[in-house]
Amino acid sequence: MAAIFQGVGAAAALPSSPSYSFDSNKSVFSPRRSFSVRKGASFAVVRSDGTVNLNPKDRRAQLLISNAVATKADSAAASSSSKPGHELLLFEALLEGLEEEMERDPHVCVMGEDVGHYGGSYKVTKGLAKKFGDLRVLDTPIAENSFTGMGIGAAMTGLRPVVEGMNMGFLLLAFNQISNNCGMLHYTSGGQFTIPIVIRGPGGVGRQLGAEHSQRLESYFQSIPGIQMVACSTPYNAKGLMKAAIRSENPVILFEHVLLYNLKERIPDEDYICNLEEAEMVRPGEHVTILTYSRMRYHVMQAAKTLVNKGYDPEVIDIRSLKPFDLFTIGNSVKKTHRVLIVEECMRTGGIGASLTAAITENFNDYLDAPIMCLSSQDVPTPYAGTLEEVTVVQPAQIVTAVEQLCQ
Amino acid sequence: MATAFSAAKFTAQPFPLNPASTTSHDSSIVFAKPTSLFLGSTRKLRLTSYSKFNLSRRSGTVDAVSDVVKQKKSKSSPSLLITKEEGLELYEDLVLGRAFEDMCAQMYYRGKMFGFVHLYNGQEAVSTGFIKLLKQQDSVVSTYRDHVHALSKGVPARAVMSELFGKTTGCCRGQGGSMHMFSREHNVLGGFAFIGEGIPVATGAAFTSKYKREVLKEADCDHVTLAFFGDGTCNNGQFFECLNMAALWKLPIVFVVENNLWAIGMSHLRATSDPHIYKKGPAFGMPGIHVDGMDVLKVREVAKEAIGRARRGEGPTLVECETYRFRGHSLADPDELRDPAEKAHYAARDPITALKKYLIENSLASEAELKTIEKKIDEVVEDAVEFADESPVPARSQLLENVFADPKGFGIGPDGRYRCEDPKFTEGTAHV
Repeated sequence: MAAIFQGVGAAAALPSSPSYSFDSNKSVFSPRRSFSVRKGASFAVVRSDGTVNLNPKDRRAQLLISNAVATKADSAAASSSSKPGHELLLFEALLEGLEEEMERDPHVCVMGEDVGHYGGSYKVTKGLAKKFGDLRVLDTPIAENSFTGMGIGAAMTGLRPVVEGMNMGFLLLAFNQISNNCGMLHYTSGGQFTIPIVIRGPGGVGRQLGAEHSQRLESYFQSIPGIQMVACSTPYNAKGLMKAAIRSENPVILFEHVLLYNLKERIPDEDYICNLEEAEMVRPGEHVTILTYSRMRYHVMQAAKTLVNKGYDPEVIDIRSLKPFDLFTIGNSVKKTHRVLIVEECMRTGGIGASLTAAITENFNDYLDAPIMCLSSQDVPTPYAGTLEEVTVVQPAQIVTAVEQLCQ
Repeated sequence: MATAFSAAKFTAQPFPLNPASTTSHDSSIVFAKPTSLFLGSTRKLRLTSYSKFNLSRRSGTVDAVSDVVKQKKSKSSPSLLITKEEGLELYEDLVLGRAFEDMCAQMYYRGKMFGFVHLYNGQEAVSTGFIKLLKQQDSVVSTYRDHVHALSKGVPARAVMSELFGKTTGCCRGQGGSMHMFSREHNVLGGFAFIGEGIPVATGAAFTSKYKREVLKEADCDHVTLAFFGDGTCNNGQFFECLNMAALWKLPIVFVVENNLWAIGMSHLRATSDPHIYKKGPAFGMPGIHVDGMDVLKVREVAKEAIGRARRGEGPTLVECETYRFRGHSLADPDELRDPAEKAHYAARDPITALKKYLIENSLASEAELKTIEKKIDEVVEDAVEFADESPVPARSQLLENVFADPKGFGIGPDGRYRCEDPKFTEGTAHV
């Protein structure tokens, strides 16, 4: 399925490599909010598997795949490519998922800064306040710790809140509530209270947003017992994960990425969810397993095209579930390829990649032909300067080099 | 009819501050002498006779309590504040709180319970005064000093004691401990170890109540939430953030400050620029009330108003209860900093003695009846200890059972099955 990158935010997801005709000079990047689509921007059609179709009418033999999750629970959705479906952008997919769940269950409510009248700083809650009212889509004052705690109290007493952090980084202020209460209260109450809360928001390195708006909190939260973490990367899994997270009885943190909100995809019309604990097979292969999530998926798929041209056959898995890891999908892949490369946007120290490396080594050490390689962001506060920011995160060229090294 | 508790007319000498002035007006600011080494609030803390109280009556501000009490009494002629049944109920609850906590201390020193145990001796009037007015569906949120709140709300003494002993029959299956008392049945939402972190949870429970009424259209939902916390918490951001949100949305919550003047070893005056906590209510648009927290009847009168306000949808109230803990901060606290004179002063205002006096003087109960209650409570507490002693400790298999409400959260194992599908999983023999 093709994903058409529009507007300013999505443009940054593509590397400015000269081999593509996408002309980054023509686009002007807006400083912060990238949700507005800029008319007349030049665009290329990038398939969500990363292959770029520069001439959309030219149907080359493409290697890959539908976005179907290659696991049993979603096999019904695997045939989504044959159903008509409808096209939308990732933030609209999140909105659609949220709206459908709010219609389905009146206990589902939204809390956060500017989620109501403003429609959400990335428009994920656009129109909901008008439809459901100010109490169901609650505009909170700027008090993350307290309104997250309020969400937890509401969840304990019967509601199903979706708490939005305007930027994931702001949830650092809510760490007290997330760690102490969100994760722990089910346990310390002996199972008496459930906390079916969803905490979501955009994170990740954007486009020169500065250090504090470019944080990756998945590594900070991963040790908290009692929570689940998922990261969405396509409109399909964004909607699916949003719905699954809302329906789950566990507290779930849903990580979105600032630069992925304008991804376009055709998704099914019918109701579907994406399993919270499962990984997504993006591209089956034979030579090496590349594990990734969120925005780095696109860098990986970009690199995959180069790799394929060079004769490699990478298997790309979007792990999606950051906690717990889907060791079945990952394990099967390791058993097949015997080489693992992890590509993440987290920082090196104590990141998701570090945990994943440990988990794979513990479980599948016998199947590995080479040490696991992990490409992560540099352990630096994300600089403002564009050139420096670019080298802070992993770029496709690095991925290609790593695979070549791994497959020697 | 005289009240048993005369308005405490004592000079405002917060210990160990500033012996300099003995003026009886609280609102005058006394400036510390230049040579004073004291770092803290220069305002006098404890109030003098309440009728001299001169708080400006801004909209919604309620101030002196004994005014309320006096008004009530002058309305109808010699009417008492409580009936006999109410009096006995209150007395029983006070005694239960005291006896239970005393037994906790004994059991702790005998090695039956461990960790941080924070006892409530001396503060019983606040718990009894407020919680006995609640319905079962109302919620209570507390701090680590939560045994008595749980008991007042109706959690059986057996369940609380078992929890303290770490047994599987405890109200939280032994997983919470002293600082985390929860009860779904009685709507006790904890039990929090970090101060201030329970207040947003209470705000959330109040939000649910409002949501049920206005969104889910359960028109008769008027559940109220009480949030209990101490003076130290009132300098914490979450306190202020929740005062704002509660007032903003008119949530049915009452913020009850148990001001016992000390946060472990930190005197309230050394930590707070303006030690009059009740004044912080009107700053956010809600009434702020100060009440003598050693007097269960006064607390109850204030609680009636505050809870009534919340039930009627008029919004939150901040109630500051002047109270005192007879024991140290926790059983590990040597309690060396507090002035013995201060302790003696409050010991003389023991809420149980005071209520007993009131009941007897007003012929609501006889000595014998009260003794019967005390004996009954002794038996309840002994029975609780026996029950806890005999209860089993949690089995190894209990370790992983309540980590997730949906145990699929443990993920999918290498064999493709959910880990929780493995029957050995919760026994902890399966690899996590």
